[in-house]
Amino acid sequence: MTAILKRELSSYFQSATAYVVMGVYFFFSGMFFYLYCFRGNSANLSYVYANMFYIIMFIIPIITMKTFSEEKRQKTDQALFTSPTSITGIVIGKFLGSFVLYTICCSIFLLYAVVISFFAQPQWSVVLCTFLGLLLLGGAFIAINVFISALTESMIVAAVSGMAVGLLIDMMTYFISMISISWISDLLEKINFINYYQNFTYGVLSITDVVFFLSVAALFLFFTVRILEKRRWS
Amino acid sequence: MVEVQSLTKRYGNITAVDDISFSVEPGEILGFLGPNGAGKSTTMNIITGYISSTSGTVTIDGFDILDNPKQAKMKIGYLPEIPPLYIDMTVRRYLEFMFDLKRVKLPKKEHIDEVMRLVHVGDKGDRIIKNLSKGYKQRVGFAQALLGNPPVLILDEPTVGLDPKQIIEIRNLIRSLGKKHTVIFSSHVLSEVSEICDRIIVISKGKIVADAKTDELSAVISNNLKLSLIIEGSSPAVIAELKKIPGVKGVKKLRDLNGGAAKYTVDYQKDSDIRRDVFSAMVRIDCPILEMQSGNETLEEMFLRLTKEKGGKTDDSNS
Repeated sequence: MTAILKRELSSYFQSATAYVVMGVYFFFSGMFFYLYCFRGNSANLSYVYANMFYIIMFIIPIITMKTFSEEKRQKTDQALFTSPTSITGIVIGKFLGSFVLYTICCSIFLLYAVVISFFAQPQWSVVLCTFLGLLLLGGAFIAINVFISALTESMIVAAVSGMAVGLLIDMMTYFISMISISWISDLLEKINFINYYQNFTYGVLSITDVVFFLSVAALFLFFTVRILEKRRWS
Repeated sequence: MVEVQSLTKRYGNITAVDDISFSVEPGEILGFLGPNGAGKSTTMNIITGYISSTSGTVTIDGFDILDNPKQAKMKIGYLPEIPPLYIDMTVRRYLEFMFDLKRVKLPKKEHIDEVMRLVHVGDKGDRIIKNLSKGYKQRVGFAQALLGNPPVLILDEPTVGLDPKQIIEIRNLIRSLGKKHTVIFSSHVLSEVSEICDRIIVISKGKIVADAKTDELSAVISNNLKLSLIIEGSSPAVIAELKKIPGVKGVKKLRDLNGGAAKYTVDYQKDSDIRRDVFSAMVRIDCPILEMQSGNETLEEMFLRLTKEKGGKTDDSNS
């Protein structure tokens, strides 16, 4: 697992991937920060966080698109799956690799809070709570995208499908308002990411929200292990 | 060391590997011979645990590859048909990664240095794999398989696409490795297999069609020995005389040559040597022998015959 994690991180940082991803993330979060906090003269980061949802939906599929699709295409998965490392270990290593890069991206928000602290007193509880929410949301979304990457041999297909899934999740609220059959809309409401994420941006830390994102991540990592196992058996 | 029992792999209706059983002793070099698509790679992928079998078992040094995958896989070094290289890494970093991945317990730097020296990539450590030639990539793949000194080495067509000098080097390497490791290696080049291996398994259409020690192989499978002759004199008399010789099973005249000579082939039984009898018989009827050549069926002929006879026509529908 640590071998995979190390290899993932070195592959991100030895290619342009990590720098482009970080650059884009920093640019847009910085832009939102400037627009809402500086132009809007506000010490409240909530709006910035809320808007980061869109950036994440595009950034994460780019981070994860290579994880399994490229292994399969280059046939390097033969080395992975014939090694004594278990498939679960491999999947978790891959997941953590993406998650660490994502965490580095997100940590810019702590810097923004420090910048605000020069002008006003930021609500540290809100800042940290939202930071945690951002990480949990990202973790769940990374797991979904790692799963998508395991389904295909093409990283383009993986990235585009991942973005489509992201957009669907993002537009869930609109879909729900359009559906008149109550049990379907109720069900969709239960899996609407935004509901859970929004609580964090208000500074509300509830165990339900934390458990929701953790279970989504765990579920999709489990699916990834199963799909890789299944390929061996078919 | 390696025990394979009634291994079968089906993809839908296609049977890629059909009830294969064999075992390999420690220190043995086993050649896996068959045309493309015969099921060699599939079998190797099952032995190494990359894919599963539909039925049958594989045990490596007593550990079942499905029940104890971790222990079994630690005993195997695998070089797949396409070396599993991360082409954006340098040779050394790649080997370090594989070292960690395979959970090798030896001193890291020394062991990697030793393996790199063994496959002659010692001076290429800082090169990015992408920029290496095919021969060097193959060697790095080899190095990866050797990490941790696994007792079993499985090599899938390790010489394909290399130039003759590199092929010879790789062959020598396999031979020297065979002293310490159990080696299974596949190829569709017969001369290569017969040169390196102690034992050959011929596989066609997913079935084993022959399994024998290399030097016994041609004798085991060909019942007939052949003599090809050029004899001067009247053909009917020559043929009649040849047929009288004990042990001869058939005489065939191939064609007339200039100057009243003709070319014949004589099939005879395995355990008799008829060359002296042919000589004295021809002296008796005063027909001089201009040329006599005894030829076992060559391995190539045998290989073609075997894969055609028992496996039917070969095709590339699976690999």
